[in-house]
Order: sequence, then structure tokens, then C-alpha cells
Amino acid sequence: MADKVQLTINGLSVTADKGMTILEAALRKGIYIPHLCHHRDLDPVGACRLCLVEIAGKWTKIAISCKTEVTEGMVVRTETPEINEMRQVAVELLIADHDTDCLKCARNTQCQLQRVADHVGVDTERLARLREREEKQPIDDSNPFFNFDPNRCVLCGICVRTCDEILNIHAIDFAFRGLKTKIAGFGDKSRLEADCESCGECIVRCPVGALTEKDYKKPTHYVKSVCSFCGCGCGMRLGVRHDQIVSVKGDISSPANRGRLCVKGRYGFRFVNSDERLTSPLIKKDGKFVEADWDEALDLVADNFSKNKGEKFAAIASAKATTEDNYVLQKFTRAVMGTNNIDHCARL
Amino acid sequence: MAGLATSLGSGAMTNAIDELGGAASILAIGTNTTATHPIIALKVKDAVKSGAKLIVANPKEIDLCQFADVFLRHKPGTDVPLLMGMSKVILDEGLEDKDFIASRCEDFDAFKESLAAFDLDTVEKITGVPQDKIVEAAKIYAEQSPASIIYCMGITQHVHGTDNVLAISNLALLTGNLGKESAGVNPLRGQNNVQGACDMGSLPNVYPGYQAVTVPDNKAKFEKAWGVELSDQAGLTHTRIFDACHDGNIKSLYLVGENPVLSEADAGHATDCLKKTDFLVVQDIFLNETAELADVVLPATTFAEKDGTFTNTERRVQRVRKAIEPVGNSKPDWWITCELAKRLEAKGFDFEGPEAIMDEIASVTPSYSGISYARLEKGTLQWPCPADDHPGTPFLHGEKFGTDTGKGKFKPLEYRKPGEDIDSEYPLILTTDRSLYHYHSTMTRRVYGLNVLDKEELLNIHPQDASGLGVEDGQMVKVASRRGVVEVKAKVTDNCPEGTVSMTFHFSETPTNLLTCCELDPVSSTPGTKVCAVRVENL
Repeated sequence: MADKVQLTINGLSVTADKGMTILEAALRKGIYIPHLCHHRDLDPVGACRLCLVEIAGKWTKIAISCKTEVTEGMVVRTETPEINEMRQVAVELLIADHDTDCLKCARNTQCQLQRVADHVGVDTERLARLREREEKQPIDDSNPFFNFDPNRCVLCGICVRTCDEILNIHAIDFAFRGLKTKIAGFGDKSRLEADCESCGECIVRCPVGALTEKDYKKPTHYVKSVCSFCGCGCGMRLGVRHDQIVSVKGDISSPANRGRLCVKGRYGFRFVNSDERLTSPLIKKDGKFVEADWDEALDLVADNFSKNKGEKFAAIASAKATTEDNYVLQKFTRAVMGTNNIDHCARL
Repeated sequence: MAGLATSLGSGAMTNAIDELGGAASILAIGTNTTATHPIIALKVKDAVKSGAKLIVANPKEIDLCQFADVFLRHKPGTDVPLLMGMSKVILDEGLEDKDFIASRCEDFDAFKESLAAFDLDTVEKITGVPQDKIVEAAKIYAEQSPASIIYCMGITQHVHGTDNVLAISNLALLTGNLGKESAGVNPLRGQNNVQGACDMGSLPNVYPGYQAVTVPDNKAKFEKAWGVELSDQAGLTHTRIFDACHDGNIKSLYLVGENPVLSEADAGHATDCLKKTDFLVVQDIFLNETAELADVVLPATTFAEKDGTFTNTERRVQRVRKAIEPVGNSKPDWWITCELAKRLEAKGFDFEGPEAIMDEIASVTPSYSGISYARLEKGTLQWPCPADDHPGTPFLHGEKFGTDTGKGKFKPLEYRKPGEDIDSEYPLILTTDRSLYHYHSTMTRRVYGLNVLDKEELLNIHPQDASGLGVEDGQMVKVASRRGVVEVKAKVTDNCPEGTVSMTFHFSETPTNLLTCCELDPVSSTPGTKVCAVRVENL
């Protein structure tokens, strides 16, 4: 038990791992502490000041639970009148400066700010005393795959830290000061002009509706599969709606990528439902392609192949196709056509 | 692949991707990892953050250089002298792993002798890399163990690509950086399932599981399994198949999921070959530039419309699952091929589906013997996985190497010049690379957003070269090689060293491979697309 710590949160006995923060220990135990800037993949910064807790002791103190490590015998309370008042003000300030037209937001029902507000409680009379921002800030829709709406941004910095800590690209940062603070590329550049590689890792982690996929359609279900671009073999979950792939998520359980994806993996899926897909066999007649049914096309091919068995035949296999596809094609070449003339692009 | 197969007994990545995180040093040579394998690049960056030393060797100043402790900017095509130079430093300084060499390796003396030609003065002269940097890199690699090497097409796509690979395995054997977690030699495979295609014997010389077709026992085994007589002659390699089409020796070509009109080196020649083929069948998802030349086009499904497996670069077999119904009247590749086989009255092609195919694969492929769909439902498996209860193999060569003697083989090497020399008519070296936003051309060029992010071909050219030619950033230029001419927009950047220009090959509007050289490596038959002499002219 040397690597375990025993503590009390809200009167409940909690066993935590050594090195865990109070917030992590509480969340694992199923005790909700409001938070916005915490993300399990990122180092804590304590920016949103929502996850306050009281730690009892010789000098009872209020601490930020996302940056305070658990210690043996620690006694923690997540709500006290003092904490609630501080939290209430912090949430009100966020909401006063937030576009609350939630029904139009892609993150509606999955929004962390909604969850926080729901937990803390919003008093519209108290909110009314705060002056709203006069003008809406312009949406950055320069990137072809996602939009940034500063009116829905809570300045938690999760996107900035994702780009710093996970990608090491540092494409975006906090710009300007005070009420004018926003997240932007260096020199207030748009997302398209910034050093952004459009991997979408920040979109996935955004706790609110500030960063959202363009043309997003909610999938009805997901199917676990593997990316079909490079050799990394990233696990992904294909978001399906009717007969289309509409979204892709990284598969956290995949040992190859641990949920991370690049721009091609996350947004490159649209070739699947491209209008240019071949949808029928084609036979060239007088220099022009004519649509044919499968029987006609297969009979024609088989007839020709039957006359060119042996060294007059060759197959080029595909490193894009499945292992099973490849097995069948090499078996066909060797066992049916009687030649070892088969290769693929491994050398290219 | 041919290189590692001779020296280590397997051409695949020796380690799992995750193990890069545990490496004390990483040498990335001939790989622009952030563009070609972005997720593996994240792993490399993670490793650097946890304290690993990173050595980048590349003619171009790639993104990964920002994280490197040492950047070796060697001239294109000088990998062998660079790596042999590092090996010589390690030996001269006494940093080699003597126990490992004695107990696990052979042919060390011949290799040691061949190092004599690679003194630092000579190596510096050939590679253009300052001696102190070579020494620094060699010491980091030898002393910071476990050390992993990652490499890609920058190593293999040379007329001496096999030598390049052997130079890498020499370095790893010399320092004992093999057969351990996080220590190894890792070729990053390009395509999503190039590993699986190789494993399945989509190669002219081997059956599934790298069982040589010329070995009578192997032939007998597959004749029994498939119930037919088989040829004992190795087939033709990719480029030779094209030549044979050109010469009329091959009458029918069945080409699946590839676009050689854009991707083949010396693409003009490849296109001629396809045009001369009597009967060309193309099976693809789009009517791409190659399919346009076909007599019959068969519409295949994408990965999203079928079940199956892909084997990634770290030998990990993973399930691909059907998410939507086939688009239009398209069909899975395996189904199409089986239907052809049945029409040719062949037996053994009435598979119910991919799971049944995997069962047959497991029955004839020792490294896949323990793999089944039932097991893949629970998670992924890295081959070799020889039995139903075998957990799979994260790193190779733990006990012994896969060679005939079980030992790692050192290989003596000499410096051979790149395939093409520059001269007064073609004074610049063109090297090809890839963009983060595209994968070849057929798929990504049909995704609108990716073409906003990277819309056109650019010739990367050093400011000195550009000003000498009177070329300004953003202007159109003509690039000519001994084989072809293309027009392209210039991007003036010191990412490219003086004397070297680079282009990708994703854009049919600018078919870069009309320029490249298809002279082949004598062992692997890989074309030397990374070094090609060109002339750039102002338009």
C-alpha cells in the first residue's frame, strides 16, 4: 500500500494513488468538483479557479484541487459557504461573457460550462447586475475543418496547452489583455495562417463550444476501425449516420496512437463518401468507358485471364487493401494464374 | 526490407511504437516523421521531453530538427559514409558492445576492415557534415542506451538503399542496440497495410510469412494447402513487371489500388508501359489517372465498407470493421478476386468472408498462426504470434536473430555514388518528400479541406540557388531532368541545402515523378527517387 494514500473527501473515505491531485482522486471516486481548465492529458494550471476545496488542518485553508496533491489523512470538503460564494462569482463572470444560445451550439449537452452552471446554480437576477459585452467578437472560420468562436470561449487554455504539451507546435496562445483576451495565432493570425497543423486535438479537448468541427453532424453510432492512410495504424472510431461516415474520433484504447490522430486521420475520411467514387464496373468500348454489370465485367476479365496464364500474367497488389484482400490476390496469382509475378508498392 | 532480412532475419520494425517513449536516444535518419508518420513523431517528441537525446540526419532541415540535440545535414545519397563514419568513431573510441558482438553477431572482422575507408576526413568530405558533429552523434548513440533508430524512404529509395539499411543494422549490432525493449532498428512503413501486404506474400519471391518460393519444402507445403501445382520460379518485381508489359512479355495486368502514373519513379515510362499492356484491369475506388488507361475498371470498396485487418508498421494486426454499406455497386477486393477465381474454375476461393480468410492465413503463415478474429475482438496482436495462447511479440530478436545461423550479421560496405550525377546541364539534386496533408494522391486530393491546407506543388529551393537563377518566391519555374519536364511554383526556403531542391508527388497537375530516376537498387529493386539531377529555369 506504499503507493496508496488514504484521505477523506466530504466525509467519504477515499483511496488515491500517490501523486494524484485531490481533483483526480475525487473524480475517480465519483465526487464532482466543478472544473473547466483541468484535462487528464495535460499538466494542471489552476486557471479557472472553480475547483476550490477546503483542506482541514491546523490552519484550515482553501486550495485549488487540480494542483494540490493528496496526502495521507487529508480531510477535504468540496463545498463550504465561502467556497460556494467564490465559485458562484467565478461562474457568473464566465456566463456573463458567454454566448448562451445553447441550442445552436454543437457542444450542447456535452458542455462543461453547462455542467458547472447546473451544479452551482444560476441566479438570473444576480446575473443581470453584470454588464454584457456590447459587441460579439468575430468567429474565426478560416480553417477548412473547424471554427473558433471566441464568444463561446472560457479562456481555460486547454487548446493552448494541448498544442504545447502534446503537439509541441505552439501554434496558438493567449493574446491581448483584460476583457480583450483571446486565443489566437502568433500576431493575432487566424487559425489558417498560424502554424496550426489542423490535427484537431484541441477541438476534441475544448470543454465548451468554442472550437467545433465544421459541418458537424452527430453520428448515430460509432464503429471501431483503423486509419487507412499511413503505417502508424491509428485506432479510430468511425462516426456513422445513415450511409455516411460523418465524423472520426481517436480510439483511446489503441496502443498505436492512444487516441491521438493527425489531420488526415481525423478529417481525411471524406473521400469515402466522395461523389467521385466508382460505383459500377466499367468496360472500355471504342476508347470510352461504358458501365457494365458485375457478371459482364467479371466474365470479360476471366476470359482474358484464362488465355494468359503463367508468365504472361502479373498482378500488382495494394498496400491500401486489407491483409485478407492481399492473401486472396497472391493466392489467385500463384494458384490460379500459375505465376509468382505479384508485387506491390513496398519499394515506392 | 531486403537489407534487414539478410542482416537480422526480418525486415520489419524491431520494436513497438510505444517503446520509442522509453529510448534514451533516438536516431531519425531519412524520415520526415512529423509529415509522414505524425503520430510516431508525437512519440519521439514525448521521448525528448522525458530526456531522450535526439539525432536527426537529413539533407533537409525538417520540423523534427527543432527537437534535436544534433542535426547531421548530410548530402543526399551519402548515408552509408555517414553511418559507417559513426560506426568507426564508436569502434575507435572503444564504445562498442563487445559482449553482444561476441555472443550474438558474426562477420564482425570483415565489417571492421571495411570501416578503414571511412576515416573522418573522408566522411566529412563526402557527406558535408562537420567531423565534430559526427563524433558527437556517434557518442550519443553508443552511450545513451537503449537507442532506437527510425528510418523511412529517405534511406531505402536509393540505388544503394540496401547498403543504407545494412549500414543502419551494422550500427545497431555494434552497440548491442537490438533484441531489447526500446532498442532497435525501425523502418517506418509508408502505407497503412504495406506490412500486411508483405506478410501475405504480395511479393514475387515469397509465400505468406516470407517463405521463399524457391525452397522446395515451401512449395510443397503450399501445393498441399492449395491443392494445385505451383511455380518454383520467383516472379518479377514491380518495376520489372512494368518493363515486361512494355516489352509485350506480360499480356494481362491486374492492378489493384495503386496509381503508378503518379507514384512510380520515371512515371512517363510507367505510363508508356501501361499503355502498351494488352489487357489492363484496374481495381480501385476512384477513376484515377491509372484507371483511365484500363480496359476494365472494377469498383472496390474503401476500408470503411468492409471487414478485415491491417498490420501496421510495428507488426500490429488490427481489425478493420465495416461501418457502412458499400457505396454504389462497389465490392470488397477479396470478393472480386474470389469471383474471378471461381470463373476460372479454381477451388479454394469460396470464403464466407474475411474471418474465414484469416483462418486460412493462420494455417499457412507461422507468424500469424495464433491470430484469429476471436482474439482480435479482445485487442490487437503483434506478430510473430505463433500459437493461440501466444501474447504476440512487441520487440524482435530477444533470444536470437531470424537469420539462418540465429546471429546478427555484420556487413562490410563501401561507398557507392548516387545513381545520378549532377553536371553542368543538370546542376541540382532533386529529392522527393511528402506533405502532412496528403497521402499520395487518390484519396486526399478528393478531400476539400486538405486541398485548402495544401493546394499545390511547390519546389523548395535555397535562397542562394534561387537568386543565382533569378527565381523569386512564388513564381512559376520549369524543372527538367534527363527524363521529363514539369512546371511548378517556387518556394524559396533554407529548409533545403544549397544545391538540393525538393518536391512532393501528390499533385497530378505537377507530376513530379516524370522527373525522377528509376535506376534500381540491385538487391531490393527499389528505385532511387531520392536523388535525381535536375535543372531549374526561370519561365
